[in-house]
Amino acid sequence: MGEFGGFAGVSRLIKFIHKYGAPKRFYRLAGRLVPWFAGVTALLFVVGLYLGLYWAPPDYQQGDAYRIMFVHVPNAWMSMMAYVIMASFAATGYIWNVRLADIMAKATAPLGASFTLTALVTGSLWGKPMWGTWWVWDARLTSELILFFLYVGYMALQASIDDPRRAAHASAILAIVGVVNIPIIHYSVYWWHTLHQPASLTLTSQPKIYITMLIPLIIMSLAFMFFYFTMLLVRVRSEILVREQRTDWVRKLVRSKR
Amino acid sequence: MTFSTFSQFLAMGGFAFYVWSAYGFAALVVLINVVQPIIHNRKVWRTLRRDLDRAEEDE
Amino acid sequence: MRKQNKRLAFVLIGLTGVSIATWLVLTAFRHNLVFFYSPTQVLEGKAPHHGIFRLGGLVKKGSIKKNGLKTTFTVTDLRHSLVVHYTGILPDLFRQGQGVVVQGQMAGSSVFMARQVLAKHGANYMPPDVEAELKHSMAMKAKAQS
Repeated sequence: MGEFGGFAGVSRLIKFIHKYGAPKRFYRLAGRLVPWFAGVTALLFVVGLYLGLYWAPPDYQQGDAYRIMFVHVPNAWMSMMAYVIMASFAATGYIWNVRLADIMAKATAPLGASFTLTALVTGSLWGKPMWGTWWVWDARLTSELILFFLYVGYMALQASIDDPRRAAHASAILAIVGVVNIPIIHYSVYWWHTLHQPASLTLTSQPKIYITMLIPLIIMSLAFMFFYFTMLLVRVRSEILVREQRTDWVRKLVRSKR
Repeated sequence: MTFSTFSQFLAMGGFAFYVWSAYGFAALVVLINVVQPIIHNRKVWRTLRRDLDRAEEDE
Repeated sequence: MRKQNKRLAFVLIGLTGVSIATWLVLTAFRHNLVFFYSPTQVLEGKAPHHGIFRLGGLVKKGSIKKNGLKTTFTVTDLRHSLVVHYTGILPDLFRQGQGVVVQGQMAGSSVFMARQVLAKHGANYMPPDVEAELKHSMAMKAKAQS
């Protein structure tokens, strides 16, 4: 009965999601959350930029060039986190027919692609003065580039199919298959010889970043994370309106805001 | 604290081009990601209002 | 609900399959994915004998000799080492004791002619005064032990 018990638990959870994840309810909730999330994001960016660009000391080897880390690392982290979130939502939407999950996955893709592109470009701008090259085909850089193409492929697939349910199904498969790239990106620096150095922050060991440099990094990471959630909610709200335009609640809403 | 003058701050220890380009690019991407959804949202609302007007004219 | 369980199973089995396939491919191409070879690997004959490849390791302390744009230094993996000749501008982080990746080819059995020199940097970040302190305390510890 174990497995079936598990399925029953999941099905209760899915019923809960169906009830409270109804687009109408979520549209209102997101509308109330957006200003708060935007405010927190702005505050974190102001503090993070001040600490990262001005307050933090220079590095003993890289001087002030290491400050690129405060935009590069958060974007690289978010590029992977957004992908896992996107694939999870896509899988939820595909398996249990949760409309809101489809919308969340679709709205995550352009944000994830932006994080990936920023990680690649800022990494290049950091690599030139420190390593001596804009780009190398090592395992870390190559797998991160593949991540960018996965996002672009996902968006292209979404755009090429008009029916939202079929678009969600087809692109969900791509998103789920692409998940295998995430551990490859993470472990590439340990599995292969790479030009890119291993992680400075891991869950299992002492941080290799001095505290006055670690604080700005954490604040900037939170800033990009809150930025992601803010813009996700904004995008999801628009998408809900489009998909639900023929429902009574959207008509009522449009009439009231004319 | 780290930089004693403003021009020193701008110079970024000789790495001005790389540091400011990286922050500039990141800022540009953030900006696009703020502006584009807002414009899209306005467009969605315009379409919804227009469709509602038409539907009511038909009635 | 049965349809949903079927889709769940499809996703789980599919993901497992793709993971295994990826793992097999990566294992098969392991040698082609090598970004650089260590001096030990080169001396064991694991690197391409005549072609261009990358050599990686640490720049041996006190081995850097500069003559204009010409630089000679030793790359070591602490077991074996190779002498590298390079003509050109070196990256900022090129220092003794620092990681380095050089691209080029062998000239003779233990000399490497480099066309490009890339500096590797560690995962440690700290201010200069903290690093100086750390070096000082490590030197003190070493002194106390001897």
